[in-house]
Amino acid sequence: MSFLSVRNLSVRLKKGPPLLRRVSLEVAAGEVRGLVGESGAGKSMIGKAVLGILPPSVEVTEGEIVLDGVDLLRLTLTERRRRIGAMAALIPQDPLTALNPSHRIGPQITDRLVDILGWTRADAAARARELLAEVQIPDPDRVLRSYPHELSGGMRQRILIASAFAAEPKLIVADEPTTALDVTVQKQILKLIAGMQARHGTALLFVTHDLGVVSKVCQRLSVLYAGMVVEDTSVADFFAAPRHAYSAALLAATPKYTDPSAGLNPVPEAVIAAVQAEVAAFDRGRAHG
Amino acid sequence: MPFLRILLLRLLTTAITLAGVAVIVFFVIRVVPGNPIAMMLPPGATEADIARLSALYGLDKPLVAQFGIWIAGVVQGDFGTSITTRQPVLDLVLGRLPATLELSIMALVMACLLGGAAALTGTRYRGGRTEGAIDVANGMALSVPDFLWGLVLILLFGVLVPVFHISGRVTPSLDLPFATNFYLFESLIRLRFDLWADIVAHMFMPALALAIPLAAIIGQLLKQSLKETMNLDYVTLARTKGYGETRVILREALRNAALPTLTLVGVQFTFLIGGTVIIERLFSYEGLGNMAIDAVINRDLPLIQGIVILFAVIFTGVNLIVDLLYTVLNPRLRHG
Ligand SMILES: Nc1ncnc2c1ncn2[C@@H]1O[C@H](COP(=O)(O)OP(=O)(O)OP(=O)(O)O)[C@@H](O)[C@H]1O
Ligand SMILES: [Mg+2]
Repeated sequence: MSFLSVRNLSVRLKKGPPLLRRVSLEVAAGEVRGLVGESGAGKSMIGKAVLGILPPSVEVTEGEIVLDGVDLLRLTLTERRRRIGAMAALIPQDPLTALNPSHRIGPQITDRLVDILGWTRADAAARARELLAEVQIPDPDRVLRSYPHELSGGMRQRILIASAFAAEPKLIVADEPTTALDVTVQKQILKLIAGMQARHGTALLFVTHDLGVVSKVCQRLSVLYAGMVVEDTSVADFFAAPRHAYSAALLAATPKYTDPSAGLNPVPEAVIAAVQAEVAAFDRGRAHG
Repeated sequence: MPFLRILLLRLLTTAITLAGVAVIVFFVIRVVPGNPIAMMLPPGATEADIARLSALYGLDKPLVAQFGIWIAGVVQGDFGTSITTRQPVLDLVLGRLPATLELSIMALVMACLLGGAAALTGTRYRGGRTEGAIDVANGMALSVPDFLWGLVLILLFGVLVPVFHISGRVTPSLDLPFATNFYLFESLIRLRFDLWADIVAHMFMPALALAIPLAAIIGQLLKQSLKETMNLDYVTLARTKGYGETRVILREALRNAALPTLTLVGVQFTFLIGGTVIIERLFSYEGLGNMAIDAVINRDLPLIQGIVILFAVIFTGVNLIVDLLYTVLNPRLRHG
């Protein structure tokens, strides 16, 4: 059974248009699922729904988010937060805004161990040092006492990764964890996340624009368009032969996987029109059903 | 050492500000008509009597010479002699200062508690009826000035349900062991809780009247910046860690959201101290403000000068403290 299973999840702006259209996806224990799609497709929205941090301007209209056998949407806010905090974690997109500027690094890595899981401060401090070593940060004692503004973006992302792995979660959502970083740092961070995921056997929901990244770290893949899953497949199958025309166009739009000299092929208008028609048909079906 | 640099720079600007205040107050109160000596003497006094006494207080000399004499004294800590009471101005003013300080600080504490509670509650239940009610209450608190709140409180808790004293600082018939004029503070130190309760019952209404408008300002501004902070990434990240919403507000948002409010509280606190002048009068509270009004009525020029200078010192001091506090609370400035 999958550790995370999202079933028919629909989310819309309150009294407004749908943002997610009956999204279903599974992440088995220890598995890495990529989530791709153009900007605004709803990739982050899925991640937020799973972690219980949907913005107040949107509402879930149907579906379930089953985490380790329990539907999160049936829990009270407090129960949901507790469960998510104990089992899952987020590696955010922008390391510059994801750390609290007025707290030191140490507590930001281990706060949930002490406050939520009841560890002693000494145990938490030892764990923090261990984690910093794992994310390859030298001079851990100085870093743990630092404030975020004293560290570089790459360092901060390493810290956020350490913090995500602190409580040995079964599932991590990584929302474009490298896009805000320098190109030179991106590769290292990606390698770090992939390595830690493998070592800890953590399931990973990996949101990204980059099919190259997908081919390196993911086993399964969901392709999203306008809040609809247009393809759910294994990464090997996807790169061998994408089933959906939109997926194929997306793959073709990434030059590296076709002909490197060909340059960028934007998704053809005909394909866009076809997938939009699918979305419209879905919405009509909903309206009648 | 940004700390030391800020401090030195501020001390320099403070000195310049105070010099300016000294010049302005000295000349402005002499432009206003009304002879202090004439007011002091009984109705039958002759012109000669007035001239003789004026010479005694140095009021017959040219203005610039008078200023020179006064400022030379001030620099040495001699603020002259009160015309009405014939006591050194400095003693009079410092004798009243503790009463006003205690009242202002009590009002500030009340304002922070009330405003902070309103902001936190409004943030916790944002978007709902509770927040709406808090906004309405804030608006009401702001649309009435402090002295009118004083009257309202007198009517409510002095007349209708007389639970607090409406005048004075302490019940005079009580046994008063005080060595300083910090009654509130000293009664605590001496463990005289009976006295302390009596003093609080006297101070409660004037302090609350001063606190209400400031509480509303703090409530509004802090709630605004808390709500903005609640949308930031690090706050969202904390939610995924398992914290409840109240804990998220207190742990993650409050400290960062409080910084902009703090600067404003500094400015507003000086307004609050200004407000003590009328409030002290209203509640017959024996502080600096009450003394200032008497001094103006009696044209007691040296006393007015002394009080104004002291108020200026307090104002600049408050601003200095706020600036330093801001540096302490903001790690980015501390290590800058
Ligand atoms: N806080 C919000 N309030 C209202 N609508 C939102 C909010 N956040 C996102 N949306 C909308 O939801 C849709 C999906 O957004 P989402 O952030 O999930 O896209 P995404 O696939 O992650 O895109 P990107 O690659 O740009 O991050 C978009 O149409 C966006 O405008
Ligand atoms: Mg996104």
